Amino acid sequence: MAEYETFEHDVLVIGAGGAGLRAAIEASAAGVSVGLVCKSLLGKAHTVMAEGGIAAALANVDDRDNWKVHFADTMRGGQYVNNWRMAELHAKEAPDRVRELEAWGAVFDRTKDGRILQRNFGGHKYPRLAHVGDRTGLEMIRTLQDHGVHQGIDVHMERTILTLLKQDGRIVGAFGYDRERGRFLVFRAKAIVLATGGIGRAYKITSNSWEYTGDGHALGYRAGAELIDMEFVQFHPTGMVWPPSVCGILVTEGVRGEGGTLTNKEGRRFMFDSVPENYRAQTADNEEEGWLYCQGDKNARRPPELLTRDHIARCIVREIKEGRGSPHGGVFLDIAWIGKKIPNAAEHIKKKLPSMYHQFKQLADIDITEEPMEVGPTTHYMMGGIRVDSDTQMSRVPGLFAAGECAAGINGANRLGGNSLSDLLVFGKRAGEFAAKFAKENQHGAINTTEIENVAREALRPFEQREGENPYTLQGDLQETMQDNVGIVRTEAEMKSQLEHLRKLWEQASRVGVSGNREFNPGWHTALDLKNLLTVSEAITRAALERKESRGAQFREDYPEKDERFAKVNTIISQAADGSIQVRLEPVPEMPDYLKTIIEEMK
Amino acid sequence: MNATFKIWRGDANNGAFREYTTEISEGMVVLDAVHDIQRTQATDLACRWNCKAGKCGSCSAEVNGMPKLMCMTRMSDLPLDRPITIEPIKAFPVLKDLITDVSWNFQVKKKIKPFKPRPPDAPDGTWRMQQEDIDRVQEFRKCIECFLCQDVCHVLRDHQMHDRFIGPRFLIYAAALEMHPLDTEDRVEELREAHGIGYCNITKCCTKVCPEEIQITDNGIIPLKERVVDDYYDPLGWIWRGRKKRVKG
Repeated sequence: MAEYETFEHDVLVIGAGGAGLRAAIEASAAGVSVGLVCKSLLGKAHTVMAEGGIAAALANVDDRDNWKVHFADTMRGGQYVNNWRMAELHAKEAPDRVRELEAWGAVFDRTKDGRILQRNFGGHKYPRLAHVGDRTGLEMIRTLQDHGVHQGIDVHMERTILTLLKQDGRIVGAFGYDRERGRFLVFRAKAIVLATGGIGRAYKITSNSWEYTGDGHALGYRAGAELIDMEFVQFHPTGMVWPPSVCGILVTEGVRGEGGTLTNKEGRRFMFDSVPENYRAQTADNEEEGWLYCQGDKNARRPPELLTRDHIARCIVREIKEGRGSPHGGVFLDIAWIGKKIPNAAEHIKKKLPSMYHQFKQLADIDITEEPMEVGPTTHYMMGGIRVDSDTQMSRVPGLFAAGECAAGINGANRLGGNSLSDLLVFGKRAGEFAAKFAKENQHGAINTTEIENVAREALRPFEQREGENPYTLQGDLQETMQDNVGIVRTEAEMKSQLEHLRKLWEQASRVGVSGNREFNPGWHTALDLKNLLTVSEAITRAALERKESRGAQFREDYPEKDERFAKVNTIISQAADGSIQVRLEPVPEMPDYLKTIIEEMK
Repeated sequence: MNATFKIWRGDANNGAFREYTTEISEGMVVLDAVHDIQRTQATDLACRWNCKAGKCGSCSAEVNGMPKLMCMTRMSDLPLDRPITIEPIKAFPVLKDLITDVSWNFQVKKKIKPFKPRPPDAPDGTWRMQQEDIDRVQEFRKCIECFLCQDVCHVLRDHQMHDRFIGPRFLIYAAALEMHPLDTEDRVEELREAHGIGYCNITKCCTKVCPEEIQITDNGIIPLKERVVDDYYDPLGWIWRGRKKRVKG
């Protein structure tokens, strides 16, 4: 018999980044007991790394902004396969969620008249991102964390969930372990919110930390929820490329928002050469106009460096492939040039982009106020995830909710920068609210001890095969092959070979072995995370094969154009009765006329 | 090129330095070396990390005796002619290898009175603040909670007065609240009594190790100490407090 400790909460939130914290706060405020499980220490989740800002149509800097423009921008950025209802709710509710943070103590940068300052970002028509220098995520997570701890939320730090528990089709709890001692834990709960973030560790070059192994995606999938849009993995155009050990670390889009330019080795601003048709009307056609936009000139259009991330990442890859890249295999991102335009540019850069200054100075010996950075695409964000009801965030499994990056719908084929932090707040709140409601209407269920025994036995197996496969080697192999075969540029042949390779990795993963004991053993933790990484990797590959076109973050070399047949469908992934991964296409829900009108008006 | 490391391995009961050698490449940081060792030689070597970019404050350790974020410490800045020592921070109990039990910090924070804003300035429920009035608070809010300042504070590290003193991290946290233009709470009494601000004798060790370069002592602790002094040791202040509840500055 496996020994385990049992906890009981009305609502259990798994994941303590922005979405999880916001959900926990809302559920707790609704009067139910809340447990919050963090994989790391509280306050260290990936939200802390978000840099640029929170997108919300506050209209503090440009009074032409409103929810309709934000909605239209989000849909255009997502190539219209977004869930329109989520995009609508998000655009409408984001401003209140930002103001709420201020009421909880957040200290955003200010406009001259003392309101929350907003900055330019890719794909947003007007300056829309509420920010604090380039450490907005830290401000957000700290504000939520400090507000939340006074609400009586039970925080379970450094614990990982292995499986969700169900009874008669409904969620009744979760089973996991604490990292510190390796003891098993049972959480009984009437409702569960998954808020585990992304899948970035499935790729070699990534801005994501060790935690982002697709836990929520895989837990939800195995519990019977559907995954949608899994082919859409966002490669952020600007990650560090040199030195090798920092490759993939994020360079905020805020650099471009402040006037930073992308150039190739010939010194050419190559983004001017490739403005997509649907953005031409709102993009500057000369350098001066682009600069004036960054300076707040309302008559100027935005520079092509502020096009959407999917497009810029592909242009950068093209420049590198065609031999116009920088010495270390990237392109140049230059903010120092603004010294020609404004006095005290160095001070201005340090003030607006302090952590970028610090990061390059300390890790790459580059002073960004004097010389350009070298950047290239890095795996950054997962548009795909658990399919949820747009208003309640509940999956098709009763009692199982999801919010933030591990849920899907709002971003479609490509997420706009800044829409992630607002998504966390808007849908974290909604998930918490409706999970609390569900918990009030339902009782605790019974825990299936046989299932727990099985999961516990499987979790301990790596200790019985100590001479087995090295978990880090397997993870590295997966990352390398996903990067090569299901990366920014995809073909059917490569993805099919990756499916074969994944089959081999699944088999090797069953023989994974670890040394040492159960106390804080990263080798063991890596071994346990493999299953989730393999599940999401297979889901990404199968969905990407199914979408035989290029749209948003998915670029198929064998189908390089958009295809009308895929213009209004989502890929849906679910687990078949025999445990295999099923993929099918489903029409995107029909948009109501009042929203169609908005999109037409904003064209 | 190879480098040799002496990494502390053990738990709360016992432990010792163990030697590892690994290859060093251009631009590497100490955390990269620890990860290489973990991948190939000691899969159960415990260390915390997340962002690997100096933003989350997870990978705090003592490198050659200096409190550092391992992810921001370049190998090229360390002498490689002798072994590089890596050991856990000292102000908190060891759990395993480079990991310490920092839960005390989370308990302390919970005891500090939370943010309490004045009523909104505008009818739409928003406030107005000037940038120059929040610069100082924003400096304090850069804190990534790496707890390196707690590690070097002699009141915690040497005298283990965790029950009487909240340490520089939470003095800065309290300062960020006290100097927040919207906050109406008064934390001066608790700073003096329960939080033990008087134990700090301004040696500035905390400021020296802060990876965010927050001027912990000069900009945070000293002004807080002045508030305590104004409230408790200024005869005019006594009379003033007797007559009227303190108005925050």
